[in-house]
Amino acid sequence: MNESVLLRARGLRKLYGSGEGLVRAVDDVDLDVMRGEMLAVMGPSGCGKSTLLHLLGGLDRPSAGELSVAGRRIDQLSERALAQLRRHEVGFVFQAYHLMDELTAQENVELPALLAGRAPRDAKRRARQLLDQVGLADRADHLPSALSGGQRQRVAIARALANEPVVVLADEPTGNLDSAATLEVLRLFEVLHNGGLTLVIVTHDERIAAIADRLISMRDGALVDETRLAGGTRRSLADFAGLES
Amino acid sequence: MIGRAFLVCRLAVKDLRHRPAQALLLLLAIAAGTTTLTLGLALHGTTNSPYARTRAATNGPDVVATVMPGGSSAPAPSTQARPGSRGPTMTVAQEAAALVPLEHAAGVAASSGPFPVTWTSLRKGHTNGGAEVEGRSTAVSSVDQPKLLRGSWIQPGGVVVEAGFASALGIRVGDQLTLGGNSFKVVGTAATAAIPSYPDVCAEAEGCFIVGNVSSANPGLIWATAADAARIAGTDGPIAYFLNLKLDDASAATTFADRYNANTSPSAPYLLSWQRIRSGDAQVLIKVQTVLSTGSWLLALLAIASVAVLVGGSMSEQTRRVGLLKAVGGTPRIVAVVLLLEHALVGLCAAAVGLIVGWLTAPLVDAPGAGLIGAPNAPSLTGSTVGFVVALALGVAILATFVPAIRAARQSTVAALNDAARPPRRRAWLIALSTKLPAPLLLGVRIASRRPRRLVLSIFSVAVTTSGLVTVLLIHATGSNWSLGPQVMRVTTLISVMLIALAAVNTIFIAWTTALDARHSAALARALGATSQQITTGLTVAQLFPALVGVLLGIPGGIAIYNNPNHTGPTALPPAFWTFATIVLTLLAIAALTAVPTRIGARRSVAAVLQADAT
Repeated sequence: MNESVLLRARGLRKLYGSGEGLVRAVDDVDLDVMRGEMLAVMGPSGCGKSTLLHLLGGLDRPSAGELSVAGRRIDQLSERALAQLRRHEVGFVFQAYHLMDELTAQENVELPALLAGRAPRDAKRRARQLLDQVGLADRADHLPSALSGGQRQRVAIARALANEPVVVLADEPTGNLDSAATLEVLRLFEVLHNGGLTLVIVTHDERIAAIADRLISMRDGALVDETRLAGGTRRSLADFAGLES
Repeated sequence: MIGRAFLVCRLAVKDLRHRPAQALLLLLAIAAGTTTLTLGLALHGTTNSPYARTRAATNGPDVVATVMPGGSSAPAPSTQARPGSRGPTMTVAQEAAALVPLEHAAGVAASSGPFPVTWTSLRKGHTNGGAEVEGRSTAVSSVDQPKLLRGSWIQPGGVVVEAGFASALGIRVGDQLTLGGNSFKVVGTAATAAIPSYPDVCAEAEGCFIVGNVSSANPGLIWATAADAARIAGTDGPIAYFLNLKLDDASAATTFADRYNANTSPSAPYLLSWQRIRSGDAQVLIKVQTVLSTGSWLLALLAIASVAVLVGGSMSEQTRRVGLLKAVGGTPRIVAVVLLLEHALVGLCAAAVGLIVGWLTAPLVDAPGAGLIGAPNAPSLTGSTVGFVVALALGVAILATFVPAIRAARQSTVAALNDAARPPRRRAWLIALSTKLPAPLLLGVRIASRRPRRLVLSIFSVAVTTSGLVTVLLIHATGSNWSLGPQVMRVTTLISVMLIALAAVNTIFIAWTTALDARHSAALARALGATSQQITTGLTVAQLFPALVGVLLGIPGGIAIYNNPNHTGPTALPPAFWTFATIVLTLLAIAALTAVPTRIGARRSVAAVLQADAT
């Protein structure tokens, strides 16, 4: 396998139900995601793009097909091994943020590092550094309920980066955000991408695709189109109507 | 490793702090069981010190020798007593004379008596009871001079009532009493170490003789002048004699008594050592211990149901949290450990609360009342007591959390992140049956039957509570409360209140978690035209089915607890009216307690619920 391929799916399927009620959420998908690539996945609601993201990150198991992360097959891994994969190799960003309400921003960011077995002091230092990177150093001790939507999503991004994953998978990361917050998050993704991080972003928003290297479209669980783009630039972001800073 | 341990502790503690009301309820539920268990275990031997104080203050006898009418082997109380009868072969003088050789027996250092004793009925206002009247000199006795706690010593026409008896019947200095038809004034109350305190005056005295209509009640001790005692006894009334002995070696009192008791001749006196009197004093506490240990087991069972319900409820609210923890790399084991640790922490706190509250309240529960001098010291908490209580608390917490923790650990991460309700278990027979029901009830039955474990917990909770209440009802219905005494009745009432409170918490939480689970279905039903009232009615009525099963199981359960293997006498059954009232009142209470949370749940905005479902 080409060493520059980070994620590889072959004949990937995810089926729900049976008989007449059978749903092909992901249907025979072949996909390669290269190291350092930013991939946007688009398609109508219910086309299977979130399910594909969950499969790529080991949140869910495929019904059939092969799936590899950095050359290692993950489609047959145990639940425990999948948890360790999510802990060390993959970072997730969700539309609904999914922060723990009872933990401060800093404690939320420390979570994956502590799960990975880092010493509390190291986890704290890393969390401070990441919150500084996403521009929230001054909000470190706030609970999620005291943060705006954009700030919460930036905390979630910091958390996704805690264990220096090889790939960040984002599921509609700007779906709950207003335009200004969307711009903040996209700039952050762009910075991370420029730093060499691999990103897979599921989105409805065509403007987000403007900063991606490649765009794939899905329909009824299958890949139906692929477009290679010029790559994101600050100009692309500046083109967002009404978002000029 | 340190990082993970730190994280697990942080998550457990932060979640408890995040939901303080729920944590407090959990704590109270488990603490109810640990407190009663601590009380039950701490009571052992706590009367020893008050008895010793009373014995010292009254120069209590080492041995009390008794001759009874017709000889010391006179028949046992009540059933075989023949009022006014005297043994065919002995006169009063002969009875008293049978004790005289003991005064000069080897090993006897001092004595007082013989004092005449008779048994009669007592009346004070509307209160009736029995009395053991001991004739005394107005002078001070060298052995067993009762310690006056209030008022003055006996005088002609004036009696002194044993303080425990006076307390139980509400007798005060200055009151008028009728003893065997004669009126007397109460001039004092006093404590003694020569007989066990009320209501166990007869606990260790074989042949304790009760006359006529007094036979159904435990008599209490009253001191009167010898002349008054004779007047109460009447011409042919039963007169026995007590002789109080001090020995050279008090510790050999039981051996001394046993040596004389080996003589089974009808005219031989019966000797009672101070050690046996002390154990008679402990009878009340033994009964309290029995009630407490039974109550603590019932409360522990109920606490298991409470914790299971509360944990189940919190799981309904924490599904996303579990999903998030797994999404960022938490293994199923870490998810389970966080939940178990969280509730084990509550269990440990509840054990500490139970030990402290039990230790502090034990002197109130086991207070000797007025029967003995001084309150007992706070009982010492032994290692085994602490071990038992901690084991109970942790056992309850872990047992009740285990299933939800394993379920959370096994739950699909994606489903948990989406906060998806667990798919219902479909049963063809139930679906077929419920289709014939009115729409609101159909909805309620279908929702309630989605969670069979919760149904079982609901039945279990109601059954345990009903068992406890039926036991208490039986104690009252059979008149056992008279012989149990006020301390036992206080504890019984306390445990009843705790059982009802815990059951109420369970009912409310079962209703609330059911309403939470039903939020999507209920919102959809309302979107299609159902009213909040219909949803509430359906869910409430659906909760009454398991409650009815619980009540029907609890009634025989209570009868079985009351008629346990140690129970003497015929099998007791609760009156039909009380049984019916228990069923009706329990169902009404459950309906009321269920209606409130389900109504609150049914009032949520339809749009908000359906919107949350869609995201």
